[in-house]
Amino acid sequence: MFFDDFSSFLAMGGHGLYVWLSYSLAAVIVAINFISPVLTRKKIIKDIERQLRREQK
Amino acid sequence: MWTRLKRLYHKMGSPKWFYEITTRWSKWFMAVGSILMLTGVVWGLAFAPADYLQGNSFRIIYIHVPASLLSQSAYIMMAVAGLVGLVWNMKMSFVVGKVIAPIGASLAILSLLTGAIWGKPTWGTWWVWDARLTSMLILLFLYFGVIAIYNAIENDEMANKAAAVLSIVGSINIPVIKYSVEWWNTLHQSATITLTKKPTMAPEMFIPLMLTILGFYCWFAVWVFARTRNEILFKERKTNWVKKLLQNGHKKTTGAQL
Amino acid sequence: MLMALLKRDLLLAFRSRGDLLNPLMFFMMVASLFPLAVSPDPQFLGTIAAGVIWVGALLATLLSLDLMFKSDYEDGSLEQMLLMPQPAMLMVLVKVLVHWLVAGLPLAFIAPLLGLMLGLPNGGFMPLVLSLLLATPILSLLGAIGAGLTVGLRKGGMLMPLLILPLYIPVLIFASSSVQAGVQGSDYLGHMAFLGAYLALTLVVAPVAAAAALRISLAR
Repeated sequence: MFFDDFSSFLAMGGHGLYVWLSYSLAAVIVAINFISPVLTRKKIIKDIERQLRREQK
Repeated sequence: MWTRLKRLYHKMGSPKWFYEITTRWSKWFMAVGSILMLTGVVWGLAFAPADYLQGNSFRIIYIHVPASLLSQSAYIMMAVAGLVGLVWNMKMSFVVGKVIAPIGASLAILSLLTGAIWGKPTWGTWWVWDARLTSMLILLFLYFGVIAIYNAIENDEMANKAAAVLSIVGSINIPVIKYSVEWWNTLHQSATITLTKKPTMAPEMFIPLMLTILGFYCWFAVWVFARTRNEILFKERKTNWVKKLLQNGHKKTTGAQL
Repeated sequence: MLMALLKRDLLLAFRSRGDLLNPLMFFMMVASLFPLAVSPDPQFLGTIAAGVIWVGALLATLLSLDLMFKSDYEDGSLEQMLLMPQPAMLMVLVKVLVHWLVAGLPLAFIAPLLGLMLGLPNGGFMPLVLSLLLATPILSLLGAIGAGLTVGLRKGGMLMPLLILPLYIPVLIFASSSVQAGVQGSDYLGHMAFLGAYLALTLVVAPVAAAAALRISLAR
């Protein structure tokens, strides 16, 4: 471990704001890339199922 | 050998096969990518030594460099996919090219944002017209052009082909753009410290970087596969295999979609 | 056949002189906005003149690109031209040549005037004209790709700058810094060599790409 304790890990030697801001932005963009295809998929499946039900009637 | 390659090619062109194989591959890419990212990020944030010049702000490298690298190679991948699509008229290839565009653009944005944040403690301002950041900005503009084409052209086939032409032209131009921006930058000498300087990096700084780069590549594959499968589902919604897939075990497939 | 096309297009261009003058007037207007917006101080203007003139030239070219294939597309003659026995890329080259003659070349002639108005130091005039002569064909060539991709679209005029401007950046960098080099009294042959090389590259790539783009746009 490079840092002595947890608070100095958070502070990053005074650069905490920059480091943590970067990592949280990365987390947001990664999360968007993971979640958006899941949402699209749900929507597509719902549309197809609605279509199928309509055809069965 | 040749017939085998040919068979593989025909398989790749089949949406059903692509859908099934990537469902299986995605799990592995997800698992390996997550392990690599977790190790790389924890190592980079907590265990790697601080840079003697930039202090702890250099830890941004573990997301900035993978994002930059990946968004550049994603553009090339998009162009290659477009070229394959145009030359052999392969529909699946166009689909892959189409889904790469927004992912690559998001990575370019991530690279620019982290570069700007990193610039603040290093150069004292949020934005410096540094050669790498500037070429990244231009790469983002290139992505914007491709995305704008998809938005503007309603006919799917036409949009795919037009975007393929544009991305091929763009990727031919990327080396020229990079060269000219670097040349321009040395002319004006704006930034004396470059953010990333690989050759002098100690191994305990460099190995976590390799891990996060590889991890990002794995995740990228997962994202591309997931979006491509969505496109396939939509395009093939009238076919029997999609109907069957949805009827037996739609619950199971939603669970395993990543 | 191609000569006939060239003659026809030039004749058409000169018949509609208004369209021909629009980019030039635009070029002059953009350049004169800068002294108004920033500062009329000749010393200061002299340092930014090269950049201002070149950005103006880029924008003026973009404005006129829309016309490259539009009228031929609208009256259906573009489809006929694609069916000609000659390769489509030669047809594109003729179109590019016409566009350059009516929209690119005049910029090179009027630029020294703007240089005077913006207080460009004496050493900058030669590289300014040379760089415009060498690089405006690049703008027309790359622009043909954008024009080909957007020819059938209603909102094509808005889309084109997005597609083409990033590709113009190397031209902008080398051309405007060649003028700067001339102002400082240093050698600008290297810049011209780069522009020449880029011209050669685009001369190979752009007609093929633009012909493909036209085929795609007209396939519906």
